[in-house]
Parts: sequence; C-alpha cells; structure tokens
Amino acid sequence: MSEPVVVLSSVTFRYGTHVALQDLSFEIPAGSCFGLLGPNGSGKTTLIRLLATLLPPTHGQLRVCGFDPVREADTVRRCLGVVFQHPALDIDLTVEENLRLHGAFYGMRGPELTQRIEELLERLGLSNQKHTPVKRLSVGQQRRVDLTRGLLHRPKLLLLDEPTTGLDPLARHAFWQLLNPLRQTVTLIIATHLLEEAEQCDTVALLDAGRLVALGAPDALTRALGQEVLWLKSSTPEALVQVLHMQFGLEAHAVGHSVRVAAPNAHALLPHLYDALGDQLQSATIRRPTLEDVFLAYTGHHLQAAPELPLSESP
Amino acid sequence: MNAFILTVRALWWRELVKFVRDRARLFGALAQPLAFWILLGLGFHRSIHLTGPVAPDSYLAYLLPGIIVLTILFTAIFSTMALIEERRSGLLQALLVAPVARTALVLGYGLGGTTLALLEAILLLGLLPLVNGARLTAIGLIQVFSVSLLAGLAFALLGFVVAWRSTSTRGYHAVMNVVLLPLWALSGAVFPIEGAAPVLQLIMRLNPVTYMVSALRQGLFGTSIAGAVGSPEGCLFITGLFTLALLLWAVHTVRNPLSGNAF
Repeated sequence: MSEPVVVLSSVTFRYGTHVALQDLSFEIPAGSCFGLLGPNGSGKTTLIRLLATLLPPTHGQLRVCGFDPVREADTVRRCLGVVFQHPALDIDLTVEENLRLHGAFYGMRGPELTQRIEELLERLGLSNQKHTPVKRLSVGQQRRVDLTRGLLHRPKLLLLDEPTTGLDPLARHAFWQLLNPLRQTVTLIIATHLLEEAEQCDTVALLDAGRLVALGAPDALTRALGQEVLWLKSSTPEALVQVLHMQFGLEAHAVGHSVRVAAPNAHALLPHLYDALGDQLQSATIRRPTLEDVFLAYTGHHLQAAPELPLSESP
Repeated sequence: MNAFILTVRALWWRELVKFVRDRARLFGALAQPLAFWILLGLGFHRSIHLTGPVAPDSYLAYLLPGIIVLTILFTAIFSTMALIEERRSGLLQALLVAPVARTALVLGYGLGGTTLALLEAILLLGLLPLVNGARLTAIGLIQVFSVSLLAGLAFALLGFVVAWRSTSTRGYHAVMNVVLLPLWALSGAVFPIEGAAPVLQLIMRLNPVTYMVSALRQGLFGTSIAGAVGSPEGCLFITGLFTLALLLWAVHTVRNPLSGNAF
C-alpha cells in the first residue's frame, strides 16, 4: 500500500471535562476501506469530526492527506468528502439543484460540473431522479444522492458517519453495493455500530469509551479468538463461570445471562459440559467468532445496547 | 470565478428559488404587516392627529413606511432562520467542511434574505397610491431603495448570528419576539417621536430602527414629514453603520464553532 492517508499520534479530544477520545495512535492506509466500530458514545463521530476539520484535537498530532487539519484546513478540505449521519441536502431543491449547490462550494461550475453530475448520477443509478425534488425521494434514494454529493469534487478520502442510519436492511445492502466499487478510487473511512458493515471493511478499529480497543483486519481479529467460540446461557452465569474454571480449567466470562467460553475444541467439549452441568445450562451455541466477540473479549461488554445475543438464535 | 463567489451566488440563488416555489411564505411574510397596517391605520384613523410642519393627511400614510420596515424585518430575519433547520439536516456541516471561507456563508445567507426583503418592500410600495401625500422624487426613491437594502442586510445578518448561536427554533423565536417587536414599536413606526414622552424619545433615538423608518418615510413623503429624526442622509448613514456593525459581528461569529452539537 502507498503512504497512509490518515495518521494519528496520541490524539486526545475532550468536550469540557468529558474525554471523548483518549490517546489514539494508528494509521489508515490509502486505498482501503477502514471501519470505525463501536457502540454509541464510543467516540466514532468525534473522530470523524476531527478528521473532517470540524474540531481540533485537544492533544496529539493528526495528519489527513498529509496535512494538518487545523493549520492547513483548506488543503485537507479539498481532499476529503464527508457523508454525515443526516443527509446534507435541501429537500426543497431537486437532485440536480442540490448537486450544483454543493459543486459551487468546491468552485465547480459550467460544463465540468454538469458532466461530473451526469457521470455520478449514472453510476449511482439516479439519472431518472435528476429533476425530482429531494423530498419526494425515498430515504434510500436520498442517501444515494448524499453519497453523490460527497463524491462530487473527486475526494481522495471519503468519511462516512453512520451513513446507513434509518435505512432498512435491504436499502442498507443496496447502499453497500454502491460503496464497494468506490474503494478502487477513494479511501473510505466508515463509522458504524453495525457488525455486518464493519466486517466488509479491509481494516477495522474497535473503539470503546474513546479508546482504541483493537485494530486489524476483521478476519485476523476474529481468528485470534480461535476457530470457534462457545456460548452458554444460564440463569446463574457467575456460578457457571466458577464451575467451568474449577472443574474444567476453562477460561470463561459472564456477559449478561451468557457465558463465553474460550475453548479451541468446543465440539468435543460440549457433551462433557452437558453431562456435568446440564441443569445449569439453558442453551449452548458454537459458532465462528464475529467482531462482536472480539469487542466482547476486549471490553467485557456488548457492542450494542440491546444486543442480539448469540444464544437466543439456536438451542 | 473562485469558490467564494460561486458559493455566495449559489446560496443567494437557492434562497430565491425556494422563496418563489413557496407561495405560502411569500404571502405569509406580507399578511401580518398588512393586517397591522389596516388595523392600526383604520383603528386610529380619527384618534391620532399628527402635528409637525407637514402632517400626512392620514394615519395610514404615516404608518406605511413603518409597515414596510416591519416587512423587511420579518422577511430578512425568517430567511436566515432556516440556518437552524439546516444544521439539523447536515447541509451546514457540509458547508463547513468545504474549502470555502465562512464569510461566504455570511454573505450568501445574508444577501439571500436581503433580496427577499427588498422584493417584499417593493411590493408594498404598490400601496402608495392608496394614500395621499407621497412626494416621489428620484433621490427619494434611491433613499428608499438604499435604506431597504441596508435594513434587509442588517436584519438578515442579525437572524444569521442568532441562528448560529441558538440550537432550537423555539429559542430563536423567543429572542426575536423579545428583541424585534419592541425595537419596531419604539422606532417611530407607530407614533412620531416629537409627541412621545422624553424618556421614550431618548430610547427611540438610541434605536437603530428609528433611523431606518425615518429615512424611508422621508424618501416617500419629503423631508418635512412628521416623525423625522434627522436628515435623510444622516439616517442612512446611521443605518449603514448599524449594518456594518452586524456584518462584522456575523463575520466574527462564524469563526466560532456552531453552538451545541447538532449530532
């Protein structure tokens, strides 16, 4: 890969006394899709705002496209596009009028702008909506127009802050179908709290309470947890952890009513566990680890406030 | 053309396009001042006897310039109020991450509101034939045009500054009602300064809106009309200073981050 498009060294950001980002240091290589995964309040949006030149770091050094987003804000701004949680569109204007408006912010005009708009609308399948007022578009279409807006000035780096908020799974999937081919031309940094979105990235940074919890390719992170994880559900999870440790010498962690067991040979182990502890177990699941498991392993709590517990899926 | 001028032009043009498409807004901005004019004008028709070197023949005539200023005030202020909504929509954030000076925002939003206010003022001048006493001259009309322009810009910028600093439309309305209506009521729009109690006269002389109303009235009815607080040039000058002060305030304000976190 070429030189990094973003470099953070000991970046800290505080809102008053609240520490939103704590001592972050990592690099984001150019030409990749980089995911920022974390629960609400983990600092994803703050980090996006720092990268987008909207906030200066309280401490530490930050380089975006090789420049300082505070002192060389305009240079950085020319290199990046931002797709916010809420579409940056004027709903009273048509799709084309919106794009012309945003083109002006980047000094684009005339045939150059017209051609670029045509090209992007074609690519994102919006050619027929060109003259439609944005308020008459579906939420999914509005998101696509907003993505077009972010790409208008050919940014090297595209920041997306929870870009699929408010979309149903189908529309979310459609949005990612559009994002994926973009990777070849633009570096994508995507803040998300959705597992399935982060898993599509080349590299993912797990954030929790403003700290970097883990960083790596989704595959590598999950593989580090072993081939499979064993989840047990119990009404007495704490007691179960004790028993697993004492009787079987297993390392286990209680998370809510579930217990995650680090066991490389879960398949072989499970019948023994049922024999010994059958009355304590409500259900057991063996599956390949996900980023959720990685997050859990590092932080001891779930990624989402209302977690889709792995154990509720299968007996 | 660089991004600065293109941005100012694009924001200004957007304001016009939206205004033309939204008929309700066009009439809404005119309806309230017109209702004030008819109610107050006809209501005080025989109660108020204007004195002064040359009194207009009716209270309706006296009131008209004040009504025009009120319309300018409302139109300009409410156009920049859209800023609060746009912060929520992300449009403003997109502007802030674009490589364009924030002064372009001030001018784009400000000039948009100014143009709308000016259009409404011109529409209201169509009421002039309904009252007697108007003395239209080329210079007078230039004064009317200039003061409408300056007043429109001043209030659009005031709206911009307050919108930048407030996080909800409710707070915005509260500020505007507490500040704007008294400013207008104590501007000589409703009653001439020479008949007011001394303490009120002092307040009226300190009120920048007084000079706008006075310049506009003198432009339409001549310099010897009741309620004049100075020469038309003097009133225009003070209005210009007020507008300049607001421009500097607005340019200063956009250097600060938006108040509150929109997201």
